[in-house]
Amino acid sequence: MQPFTTLQAVAVPLDVANIDTDQILPARFLKKPRSAGYGNFLFHDERRRSEAVPLDAAPYAGAGILVADRNFGCGSSREGAVYALVDGGIRCVIAPSFGDIFASNAAKNGLLTVTLPEETAAALRARLKAEPGASLTVDLPAQTVTDPGGSAIPFDIDPFKKRCLVEGLDDVALTLEHAEAIAAYEARAAAEAPWRVPG
Amino acid sequence: MPPQPRTLLDKVWDAHVMATRPDGQALLAIDRHLLHEGSFHAFGMLDHADRKIRRPELTFAVADHYVPSRDRAGPIPDPEIANMVSMLAANAGRHGIRHFGLDDRAQGIVHVLAPEQGLTLPGLTVVCGDSHTSTHGAFGALGFGIGATEVAHVLATQALWQRRPKTLRVGIDGVLGPHVTAKDVILAIIAALGAGGAVGHVLEYAGSAIRGLSMEGRLTICNMSIEAGARAGMIAPDDTTFAFLEGRPYAPKGALFERAVAAWRRLPSDEGARFDREVTLDAGAIAPTVTWGTSPETALPVTAAVPDPGAESDPTKAGQMRAMLDYMGLTPGTPLEAIAIDRVFIGSCTNSRIEDLRAAAGVLRGQKAAVPGLVVPGSGPVRRQAEAEGLDQVFRAAGLEWGEPGCSMCVGINGDLVPAGERCASTTNRNFPGRQGPNARTHLMSPAMAAAAAVTGRLTDIRRLGGR
Ligand code: SF4
Repeated sequence: MQPFTTLQAVAVPLDVANIDTDQILPARFLKKPRSAGYGNFLFHDERRRSEAVPLDAAPYAGAGILVADRNFGCGSSREGAVYALVDGGIRCVIAPSFGDIFASNAAKNGLLTVTLPEETAAALRARLKAEPGASLTVDLPAQTVTDPGGSAIPFDIDPFKKRCLVEGLDDVALTLEHAEAIAAYEARAAAEAPWRVPG
Repeated sequence: MPPQPRTLLDKVWDAHVMATRPDGQALLAIDRHLLHEGSFHAFGMLDHADRKIRRPELTFAVADHYVPSRDRAGPIPDPEIANMVSMLAANAGRHGIRHFGLDDRAQGIVHVLAPEQGLTLPGLTVVCGDSHTSTHGAFGALGFGIGATEVAHVLATQALWQRRPKTLRVGIDGVLGPHVTAKDVILAIIAALGAGGAVGHVLEYAGSAIRGLSMEGRLTICNMSIEAGARAGMIAPDDTTFAFLEGRPYAPKGALFERAVAAWRRLPSDEGARFDREVTLDAGAIAPTVTWGTSPETALPVTAAVPDPGAESDPTKAGQMRAMLDYMGLTPGTPLEAIAIDRVFIGSCTNSRIEDLRAAAGVLRGQKAAVPGLVVPGSGPVRRQAEAEGLDQVFRAAGLEWGEPGCSMCVGINGDLVPAGERCASTTNRNFPGRQGPNARTHLMSPAMAAAAAVTGRLTDIRRLGGR
């Protein structure tokens, strides 16, 4: 996966709470192979229907960052929603909270999710609405988001997630280093709870 | 020193940790890995890395999301949809996985099928590339949805790195009112917690009202845990659980079943176990419930009215309410019972089990539906049971269609869509914009409430209509 270190990009404010993965990638595109260009399906219906998703407005051309409201990416576990964002050029989403599965899918595809307090995210959105097309700078190693005025906002991130993103690590290879622990565990479980393997 | 009291989650979690990292992440053993047609991305990743499935005997593939709900005699006409169904069969065959395909008598929605076949057992970890895997927690299992990269990881390692979630106990004591069902309870819980209110937590549903529910009702409750943001929801196993499991095809048998039950009896949370959060609801105060907006958190008693954004002091929230009302085509102050519907859908992993169909048929018996509708049983066994009881005849006589098992109009990817602009009374779990089709409007409710709406053609308080 593509490593993530720093990103300076145009940021789009989305004043919508509970943006779910059905909106990010409508279900009818799920049967497409990744090679079909998932970026074409990003917010496919919402960006046509509502001004709340201004991805097609001129100042936001080439945007790389979204700043949203609470519970971004809730709903379905479809990783296609993350493919659509990444293939559509978005490398970072900033919000007060995220759907759990979305956040973990994001980390596995080089998409950084930054959690900021509700008021901080709201202030950032207000600023981006006042200056449409303004850029933010996200520095993952330093754990800061720098607003258009140049002030740096710190954020927290799980240290392992950070390392995987910065180094672009593949999880399976890391897990297979624990092959012995897995085998030992499985032998013990088979003796203690044999019903775990269905009859 | 006596051992620290532990929660149900603690016990299942501790029993599955194979290794821990210095940062606190645990390598969790996975007991059941369920796949559906959407897993083609994960198989692609596995093949790309030239890896094999570590435990095919713990992996089960089910065709449900794309299968047709009508006429299964011929080939599936849409080539892309046909390809999804046959790709799953091919991937399962190639890797030696048990596959429940279209021609299998047990075929059904993965979250209906696995409990029914005895694949879901107390104390197990169950994952699937589907967010409603929370359903399986009804047995006291830890079930949660994962993304495609994680599916590939489980295929290759039968394990997942996870951080121990926080716990939130939802206590519901008291007696549910007449015609108030598990669906109303979970909608009320989601309204109380908010759509993101339980992010990072595992919910444990407890209290006398939960213990009084059948397995069907418990499955409905746990199913929608994700709609409050929780990745999993759990209910302690008890005699209701064990009675449901005994004799199921994949459940342990004979002496092994007895041994398993003895172990399962030790799973419920200990007296004095500490939860990170606790919420309580009074069962008697829960009314038949419907949603008005485009998030499950917009659930209200059916006796209420469409809320007014003008009364909301936070301008961002008021704006979001206006956007929802606009999408739903609703005017503030309209009584919910005055909202006319265009169609009903009874089905989905939330409400397509036999008890759900009985409840809907109880309302529809001898009645004519005022709007078109579709009833889709959750599995082959549910379908045959319903037919043996004559429920299909009740639905057909009322003018509703009787479908073949699958996800159908819950997500519409098999082609069963709610037409744009139409309003659907639906027993599903998501009312998101576009969920049942572009510009479709969804109101979530229980099977009895959906049946009542079918009879009157508008949202209806089932208590007024009576029935069964
Ligand atoms: S019935 Fe609906 S919610 Fe359940 S698994 Fe199928 S698509 Fe998902």
